[in-house]
Amino acid sequence: MARLRGTGMAAVNYPTGMNLGGDPSQALIHATTSGSFVVSLSATDLGQGLKTVIGQIAAETLGVEFGEIVVDTADTDTGPHDMGTFASRATHRVGNAVIAAATEARQALLDVASEELEAAVEDLEIDGHGNLMVKGVPSRSVRVADIAALAQFKYGRTIAGRGSYMKPKSIVDPETGAMDPDSTEAHACTVAEVEVDTETGEVTVLSIRSAYEVGRQVNPALVAGQIEGGAWMGMSHALYETTAPYYPAVDHSPRDFSEYLMPGTLEMPIVESVILEMPSSNGPYGVKGLGEMTANSPIPAIVNAIYHATGVRIDELPVTPEKILRGLDAMAHASS
Amino acid sequence: MASRIVTFDLGGREVEVMVRPMTTLQSVLRNQLGFTATKDGCRQGGCGSCTVLVNGQPMLSCLLPVEDVAGQRVTTLESITPAEGLHPIQQAFLDAHASQCGYCTPGMVMVSKALLDHDPAPTDDAIRHALTGNICRCTGYRPIVTAVHSAAEAVHDAADAMRGSAGERAR
Repeated sequence: MARLRGTGMAAVNYPTGMNLGGDPSQALIHATTSGSFVVSLSATDLGQGLKTVIGQIAAETLGVEFGEIVVDTADTDTGPHDMGTFASRATHRVGNAVIAAATEARQALLDVASEELEAAVEDLEIDGHGNLMVKGVPSRSVRVADIAALAQFKYGRTIAGRGSYMKPKSIVDPETGAMDPDSTEAHACTVAEVEVDTETGEVTVLSIRSAYEVGRQVNPALVAGQIEGGAWMGMSHALYETTAPYYPAVDHSPRDFSEYLMPGTLEMPIVESVILEMPSSNGPYGVKGLGEMTANSPIPAIVNAIYHATGVRIDELPVTPEKILRGLDAMAHASS
Repeated sequence: MASRIVTFDLGGREVEVMVRPMTTLQSVLRNQLGFTATKDGCRQGGCGSCTVLVNGQPMLSCLLPVEDVAGQRVTTLESITPAEGLHPIQQAFLDAHASQCGYCTPGMVMVSKALLDHDPAPTDDAIRHALTGNICRCTGYRPIVTAVHSAAEAVHDAADAMRGSAGERAR
């Protein structure tokens, strides 16, 4: 009996968005009297950080501080239409819609400022910190917040913008099979190292190292968090998680957290990644979708590492100790 | 069986609740007292998101009849959060990006508090063992372990500073 080590590799191309019957996201933005901007969405933040990156994108486009943006999400009774948070689409689709809405709101803001400052719109700029000024004339500078208040109390105007982004439905060409189902693709490659105990069939994942090509990162900390959490999920799918019974009786299936297996703090391997940024042509500021793909390549990388370590090729998840021991037995019988 | 009145210390304040027998501390905290930092993940002791401290020891409030804490000292995340700013453990979680959806975070922070109160300079192994009863579905755990390490350093530095200023006053 031995503890065998192996290394496995896997790569993934992952589409951003999917081919629905037209895939739209919409956004509305308005300024409050205090000069903050409310972004209204129906898209949902699942914990991946959508509200944060949308706040960043809106702030960047409007030219104000991140703290001036309030992102109001996930009420489909009252919000503008959105297809939802799935298919790694939200930052791409919603981000594009928010850029459109923020651009319109910015124009409304500049129109009011133009009257107030008696300067042409083309001569105005916003500095990214909530100051609006005549270009090259620092003395003629006002706060965006003041213009927002004046718009409502002096000029009777709204500072608001509408934005929509839609990926049209792609029809398959019957002659060639060609189609355009997604908006862009992110890429990754993962190398996993494992140790397999041939007596118990237990697998220890030693490391998961990846390279990710993700387009422009709006928020590098959130990108790193998605990748590291995704590596954990991939490892969990590869080795532990299933709702099916391990033995052929329904009452053996996991019913709760005590029985549904997942790796915990004691099972975590070294997780390291490098990020490559190759901006997409159609994402907001070059974004590509990242979320779902992070749980993909770790799975075949771990299964390949088990094959490298033991010679046992397993094609059904999760790779339980029982499957490994049966595989080792079958190899021993075949060779004897 | 009739309801009865139970009193206990919650974050330094005596609270009094009227409960049916076997009502859990988790239910009292969340539903009667509005202390919703204590989360409700599984109600069977499997996830750790409802962890609170009872007399300084981490306990799963979903498995604890509130009658069992009568006269005892209960500490929740609300109790350790200062009126301004954050507890050093909370700050460390923020700095290490140790929460994503955030649902497990209150339980993680309370377990970490109990650990650091007991062992101010825990090893990596001790931190990982302390957190084994807490499930996180988002972060992959490593950022949480990192946060507890830096919280230990921050608590240590704060204690040093306190001793330093006490020394100043003594002179």
